[in-house]
Amino acid sequence: MTALRQAVREQAGPGLLLLLSTVLLLLAVGAGTGIGEMAIPIDTTFFAVTNRLGWSAVDLDPIHQSVIWDYRLSRSLVAACCGAGLALCGAILQSLLRNALAEPYVLGVSAGASTGAVGIIVLGLGAGSITISAGAFVGAFASFAFVALLSNGARGGAGKTILAGVAASQLFNALTSYIVSTSANAQQARDVMFWLLGSFGGVRWSEFQLILVVVIIGFCVCIYFARALDAFAFGDDAAASLGIPVRTVRIVLFGVTALMTATIVSMVGSIGFVGLVVPHAARFIVGPSHERLLPTCVVGGGIFMVLADIVSRVVLPQQVLPIGVVTALVGVPFFSVILYRTERAR
Amino acid sequence: MTIAAEGLTWKVGRTVIVDNVSLRAEPGKMLGLLGPNGSGKSSLLRLLAGLRKANAGQVTLDGKDLRHIKRSAMARRVALVEQQSSTESNVRVREVVELGRIPHLPPLGGWTRADDAAVDAALERVGMTERGEQYWQSLSGGERQRVHIARALAQTPSELLLDEPTNHLDIQHQIELLRLISDVSLTSIIALHDLNHAAMFCDHVLVMQKGRIVAHGAPEAVLTETLLSEVFRVQARVEPSPHHGKPHIHYLL
Repeated sequence: MTALRQAVREQAGPGLLLLLSTVLLLLAVGAGTGIGEMAIPIDTTFFAVTNRLGWSAVDLDPIHQSVIWDYRLSRSLVAACCGAGLALCGAILQSLLRNALAEPYVLGVSAGASTGAVGIIVLGLGAGSITISAGAFVGAFASFAFVALLSNGARGGAGKTILAGVAASQLFNALTSYIVSTSANAQQARDVMFWLLGSFGGVRWSEFQLILVVVIIGFCVCIYFARALDAFAFGDDAAASLGIPVRTVRIVLFGVTALMTATIVSMVGSIGFVGLVVPHAARFIVGPSHERLLPTCVVGGGIFMVLADIVSRVVLPQQVLPIGVVTALVGVPFFSVILYRTERAR
Repeated sequence: MTIAAEGLTWKVGRTVIVDNVSLRAEPGKMLGLLGPNGSGKSSLLRLLAGLRKANAGQVTLDGKDLRHIKRSAMARRVALVEQQSSTESNVRVREVVELGRIPHLPPLGGWTRADDAAVDAALERVGMTERGEQYWQSLSGGERQRVHIARALAQTPSELLLDEPTNHLDIQHQIELLRLISDVSLTSIIALHDLNHAAMFCDHVLVMQKGRIVAHGAPEAVLTETLLSEVFRVQARVEPSPHHGKPHIHYLL
């Protein structure tokens, strides 16, 4: 691992690294499409995709065709986008708040989304007219607005923003618990639980289109501010004295991360650990410079999430594990190795 | 023409931290900011760097109001070295110095040989050329401070603001650092605690007390026994040093 880091930092150009990791990401998505409960031969998988793309016209079992294209491929691509988005948000928030423990949900977005979703599931607010996702999205932004208001538009500095996020999380988690304990029946409570732990179960192509657009926009904004993020390493005043419009950068980046997180949470639930771990792993490989770190997070987060999704689908027969369980179970040992090695490398 | 302040006042809540301060830095000279703890030196430096907004008065750069100068344009002219600023990030020395080029670069790309040259020159100036690949976390306090100064020099500023840069350094590094700053041909404003060092290296000094300027001028004119007793509350004798001719302060028991 240390040798890999050495090689990447000193020899491989960013171009080569990006090419290599993109190939890895494509392989992961390929694996995500090919592997599943129903055993489908690899050539069938391949032709099912090329058939739909109009590159081939091979005669296939329509059920196979449908499982591959409508179910597995879209699901893997959504997983890749969600992983990429969460890792990106984690990296941004860790730098902006100068806190190694910051993660996409630090602004209370996930707690707010839960309240929104639970409000829809349990109370049936506006049932029919708005879906669970829409409710979660509204809740996520309500929480973000609360944090922004409480931390005085990010003027109070990093510490205050984190405290405001903690307060928002507590408040919205309490609201969620209140609604569940007073109004939910057993089945609803189970639904809520499953949703909170995250699942790629319901996603199809329309979700992919939305999440792809959001993540691409988010990435473009973040990479535009890559140098500004580097300047935050020594704090707000140091960044300001390097000519960075600190408050504007803060507000724009908080807004973009909230948008990405809210979209992801409302689509697949709150999937923990990816946003915390992937940026640290990426920093370990390419160093702290954001021009390299952010693309690495996008690709690394995508690969990690697709692989975690495969595990969640195949590890138990006849059953899909919540993805959040897998990301934590796979992520923690992986993270421990990195922590251990970093200590030794110093 | 360089940095000047006119009637500068800054408050936190109702407490006045900087009280009606006017000053004018001389081009290419080193101006020392002296005063007891809490006299407003750091706050004044932050106001001069444009990091805080004054409640009254204005800071001007070449006669132009700071409020009408863009942050990035300001950062190309004025560099600030903070008191003891550190990072958790696992950066290398060279990467820290490279931060100094940010004001000169577009948001993406655009790194040229000129930027590399500026970074090399800055590292050379503080004697850290060999240490570029070393990690920030492995540096001592003195080395970190030198890297901060290299970062500020890489900004290729014409004005350098320093907030007690010699804090926590051993005497050798204190003297080296002050000599380095007085050697570079920049206009510098430096907050200092050691009055003898201020007398040795500064062209002018400015003494603050409770946010106001109470004395201003050449060290030999300002650092008198009366002032030391009134502002710093110490009994002392001041006489010209037989070695370097600048005033030397003997504190009395």
